Amino acid sequence: MQTGKAKRIKAMETIHVNSSCDEAFIHAVENESGENVSLCYQCGNCTAGCPYTDFYDIPVSQIMRLVQMGQRETVLSCRSIWLCATCESCTTRCPNNIDVATVMDVLRHMARRAGKNPEPQVKTFCDSFLASVKRHGRVFEAGLMASYMTKTGRILTDADLAPKVLPKGKLGFTPHNIVGKKEITEIFQRYNAEKNS
Amino acid sequence: MSSSLTFAYYPGCSGQGTSIEYDKSTRAVCKALGIELVDIPDWSCCGSSPAHTVDHILSAALSARNILQAEDMDVQGIITPCPSCLTNLKVASHRMRDEQFKEKVDDLLNEPCRNDLPIMSVLQVIYEKLGPKALAAKVTNPLKGLKLAPYYGCIMNRPPEVMDFDDCENPVAMDHLMEAVGAEVMPFPLKVECCGASFGVARNDVVTKLSGKLLDVAADCGAAAMVTACPLCQMNLDMRQDQINRANKSSHKMAVFYYTQLIGKALGLSDASLMLDKLCVDPGHLFREIETARTADAV
Repeated sequence: MQTGKAKRIKAMETIHVNSSCDEAFIHAVENESGENVSLCYQCGNCTAGCPYTDFYDIPVSQIMRLVQMGQRETVLSCRSIWLCATCESCTTRCPNNIDVATVMDVLRHMARRAGKNPEPQVKTFCDSFLASVKRHGRVFEAGLMASYMTKTGRILTDADLAPKVLPKGKLGFTPHNIVGKKEITEIFQRYNAEKNS
Repeated sequence: MSSSLTFAYYPGCSGQGTSIEYDKSTRAVCKALGIELVDIPDWSCCGSSPAHTVDHILSAALSARNILQAEDMDVQGIITPCPSCLTNLKVASHRMRDEQFKEKVDDLLNEPCRNDLPIMSVLQVIYEKLGPKALAAKVTNPLKGLKLAPYYGCIMNRPPEVMDFDDCENPVAMDHLMEAVGAEVMPFPLKVECCGASFGVARNDVVTKLSGKLLDVAADCGAAAMVTACPLCQMNLDMRQDQINRANKSSHKMAVFYYTQLIGKALGLSDASLMLDKLCVDPGHLFREIETARTADAV
């Protein structure tokens, strides 16, 4: 397995832009994020402040550079875009006012559409969360955990917390269903219909 | 017309479960301070992070359903204790100022929202509409000697163009409120660093490292406890503290409060109304020390 460091070095290798630049990809990122990625002059402030750099395979400033160079496959296949927590550090500190966190979010949307999934547990957690919202109107925490554990097979996730949390009586075992559950289902249905049209 | 301190209240999903003590103590403190909270009647989940990582229109629509309901209420705005809900509601509102974006959101809803209500955190309302001075005047049990690391979390103030509250690198609202209730606020440098957010389940190593650093630095600053305004931060630091200690070979026993619990304590509200017993790391000794010092002072 390649380590994060090895991958980072790979990302710094020479890229033949003429033959590998996907201009449609650059325009799609700019269009969906509303940001002008060519404004990035690689100061590295985003990476310096990013709490997740240690966990990323490609640091956020290099992702910005790869987007500028139209390196669609490398960007959409990386783990970093799934591990960004949208903490807004990069967006807050960018000297050129690029909303970097939104660019990362949009790359994640594109990776989903392209069927990329290098962090399956992270994706499954998000999917289980939204399935819970769609079903009940609010997140049912115990149900979310059960769904996550079933889908990932990681049945002992946070089992060590049970003796601590259960006696506190904070984790409800019945979902909070809202009255307008149907409205939430309709939001998801209309969204899916629009997406597939 | 409602009073100037009547707000539509959005509790957020975790307030019904893992952060029930935040919801309860927020309600108790607001009542004591004359801030009227009217629950958005059939509020639904804002979609939190999972929704915006999937699609911005879907995310905004899930938030907008709640904004829409509040627009039928006689209130000054929408307020929520949770920074994650706050971010989703505010980002949705911010993005819907773009008409093309709003049209797409409206298409997912049964009716369009007007999008003209202010959206704030409960912290912002207590700090800006009431202020530390007015709060200090109501304190009956000052938390003298309690050394606190004030931890705001990453999204309460960022990005500043959207959140529009306090300083984005060095927020001070909670510091001033904690000083107003008599506590000692330590110079904590990681006020806005991320705790690992919702990766506790899928990538526990992220949380144990990032939250571990927060606990280490809070202890190094001489804090006896941390004080937060975010359910996810509090859960990572408190409920996952044993996981953090195991992963980092540390031995923290750091109580992690919601700021509303400490304000409530200083206002003399009951422990039951603040649900102090819901915290995983028992803070009991801290209050006994305050009490012992107070008794000694009185002699």
